[in-house]
Amino acid sequence: MKESIKSVLHGARQMIGVTVVLMLVCGLLFPCLLTGLSALIFPHQAGGNLITVNDQTVGAEYVGQEFTEDYYMWSRPSAYHYNVYVEGEDGKQYYNDGTEFAGLGSGSNNYAATNPALVERAEADIEAFLEKNPDVKREDIPTDLLTASGSGLDPHISPASAEVQIPRIAEASGLSEEELRGIVEENTQGKVLHIFGEETVNVLKVNIEIAQRMGIL
Amino acid sequence: MLQIALTILIYLIMVIPVGIYMYHVAAGKRTFADPVLDRVDGAIYKVCGINPKNGMNWKKYAISLVATNGIMILLGYIILRIQSVGLLNPNGIGGMEASLSFNTIISFMTNTNLQHYSGESGLSYLSQMMVIIFMMFVSAASGYAACVAFIRGLAGRTKDNVGNFFEDLVRITTRVLLPFSIIGGLLLVWQGVPQNFSGNVVVETIEGAKQVIAMGPVAALEIIKHLGTNGGGFLGANSATPIENPTILSNLIELYSMMILPGACVITFGKMIRDRKREMAVAASDSTSAATSKSKVRRSLTERMYGREGRSIFAAMGILFLIGLGICFWAESQGNPVLADAGLSQAMGSMEGKEVRFGVAQSSLFTTVTTSFTTGTVNNMHDTLTPLGGMIPMLHMMLNVVFGGKGVGLMNMITYAILAVFICGLMIGRTPEYLGKKIEGREMKLAALCIIIHPLLILAFSALAVGTPDGLAGITNPGYHGLSQVLYEFASSAANNGSGFEGLADNTLFWNITTGIVMFFGRYLSMVLQLAIAGSLMKKRFVNESSGTLHTDTVGFAVILIFVVYIFAALTFFPVLALGPVAEHLTLWS
Repeated sequence: MKESIKSVLHGARQMIGVTVVLMLVCGLLFPCLLTGLSALIFPHQAGGNLITVNDQTVGAEYVGQEFTEDYYMWSRPSAYHYNVYVEGEDGKQYYNDGTEFAGLGSGSNNYAATNPALVERAEADIEAFLEKNPDVKREDIPTDLLTASGSGLDPHISPASAEVQIPRIAEASGLSEEELRGIVEENTQGKVLHIFGEETVNVLKVNIEIAQRMGIL
Repeated sequence: MLQIALTILIYLIMVIPVGIYMYHVAAGKRTFADPVLDRVDGAIYKVCGINPKNGMNWKKYAISLVATNGIMILLGYIILRIQSVGLLNPNGIGGMEASLSFNTIISFMTNTNLQHYSGESGLSYLSQMMVIIFMMFVSAASGYAACVAFIRGLAGRTKDNVGNFFEDLVRITTRVLLPFSIIGGLLLVWQGVPQNFSGNVVVETIEGAKQVIAMGPVAALEIIKHLGTNGGGFLGANSATPIENPTILSNLIELYSMMILPGACVITFGKMIRDRKREMAVAASDSTSAATSKSKVRRSLTERMYGREGRSIFAAMGILFLIGLGICFWAESQGNPVLADAGLSQAMGSMEGKEVRFGVAQSSLFTTVTTSFTTGTVNNMHDTLTPLGGMIPMLHMMLNVVFGGKGVGLMNMITYAILAVFICGLMIGRTPEYLGKKIEGREMKLAALCIIIHPLLILAFSALAVGTPDGLAGITNPGYHGLSQVLYEFASSAANNGSGFEGLADNTLFWNITTGIVMFFGRYLSMVLQLAIAGSLMKKRFVNESSGTLHTDTVGFAVILIFVVYIFAALTFFPVLALGPVAEHLTLWS
């Protein structure tokens, strides 16, 4: 009897010991070590790739933003409006479309392909887009521009989606279409080794460039 | 297409050296890192009172595993409940509610990582590290330890020693998971994944509005999340967010880190079985003094890399994977006909819920990988996949043998292999044997039980959910897709995958408790049963190969295995798949 109690106790000691030691090593030591190493080797990335213009942080390279002005390039629709909000007069926080800010989040509406709400949203977005971009034909709108991304924070649109917006931006901003195409090209990332991934245009970087050329930043 | 093929080709090359390294760790052979790591391990053994020389039988091994996991669950649960304390909590997150904590802690201990909370609003940095990251390491190590014990049982060098659980747990953590995580974590930071302890940043946008951007120790969690086939994201939208997965390179790093160890497990299996066969061959040639055994047998390259038995298992898994991947990629490329009718060109494929930087190709690849290797991380929203594109991840979780999570997939596949051997034996009138051991009543009963549990958990609980108002309340998409949401949630729980049709409103008492139960039994019941099979096979004598032996190291056997897997899936899951994704597909395209 005594032997069996002893062996249970010994087993318990090993279990608790290994739990506590691994919790400290994996849960504390490892993340701290990685934080230290990254701060030394890749400080900009470890800090979140923040973009600073004129000493002011305006966003992060890999987090998309919602843009509403006609002279800026627009991002894809987002269920969380890219966590962009304005402070209302009543002290509450609101998204740009007037609904209440839900707090930091990410994700999509998770509309299934057969969900009628998906078509409703797309149709409303198409109408709104065509109204602001009268030169664009309905069938020329690339599908990524009016579908929501998975994260709701997609920083990119496809080059085709950038191209269809150029006439509108040119008219509203006063910059020439050639100049805008140049800006888009500068901020387009190709495929890795011409094989992996897709071509992407970083919307925030394009808009910062547009703002600087317009002289409003 | 080209990028998918190349991605897989690179994987097939990478998996071999890692598999060889894993085999050295599992078999206790020398590796280059021994001089340093032996000391680290020695120190840990000393602190915890572990004597690695004490072997365990399968029962003791299983009890140690489950009991240790139990203690980890208890400790983690406490931390989740009291996380509101000021320690490492710059965003002021409150304590977690009881049923959600229960679900979360089971979810992470069982390697499922089903998340009914959103990381950005539900967890403090302390919990992200001391609970989530910690559990990601140890649940992966536990699963892999069980698998190594299972292989030792099958390889059968001794009658009852499957190894020491604590030694396996520590060795796998220090020699495989930690070093790989440090290197991979740094690579992710290089690509732009944040790694800091500062609170969320609020910036002023160039339009004069404000934006809040998530921060935190993301890269540390991100790397072990994939390496350990865990899958729970730092943020709600997981690896779809550009914070967790900013570039195509970070996507590839994450993809490879989740594929590499389950594949390497199969190689470990092949090599450990080969070792045993070689030893037996040497012993046989000594005793009979036959002159023939010295002649060198020519061995093919794949055989040398994967081991003969490992090769047929790897091939079967690989073919199942490619079939699924092909269907998923095709379905997503077709786009959504309803959106096309509304006037939105679908030339790029179905982009709802997908990121521009990944497109349809890398998204469907990631989707198939995450559910085949039962990781559960997502780089697109699975709820928004086309019906057939969404059926593939569901199906692969139902099969739960296409590579599978850390070790567990291999154990499941071998259960199917035992079944395949048995069925073939019945058909051709031969005694069923696998790996030189007779398969008899006891093993068959255990294997059958093992295979029944999985569909039973999925189907019974899905029926419960659609039969009760509390379950129905979670459904957010109308029509057939609603059933798919329920089915996916339980398939994901039972397979310990953790991805979701995230539209499901699942943070309720009903969903937290039911999925918690399914995850728990899905993990431990099958694991214990499989260890029991190994324990029972160990005790048997090796039978000599005769002309009547069914060879299990051939292409033919791999094909039989695939058919057995598909037939069982069709028998159990086809009716419900027909009501969910298939019906949805037919209405969508009618």
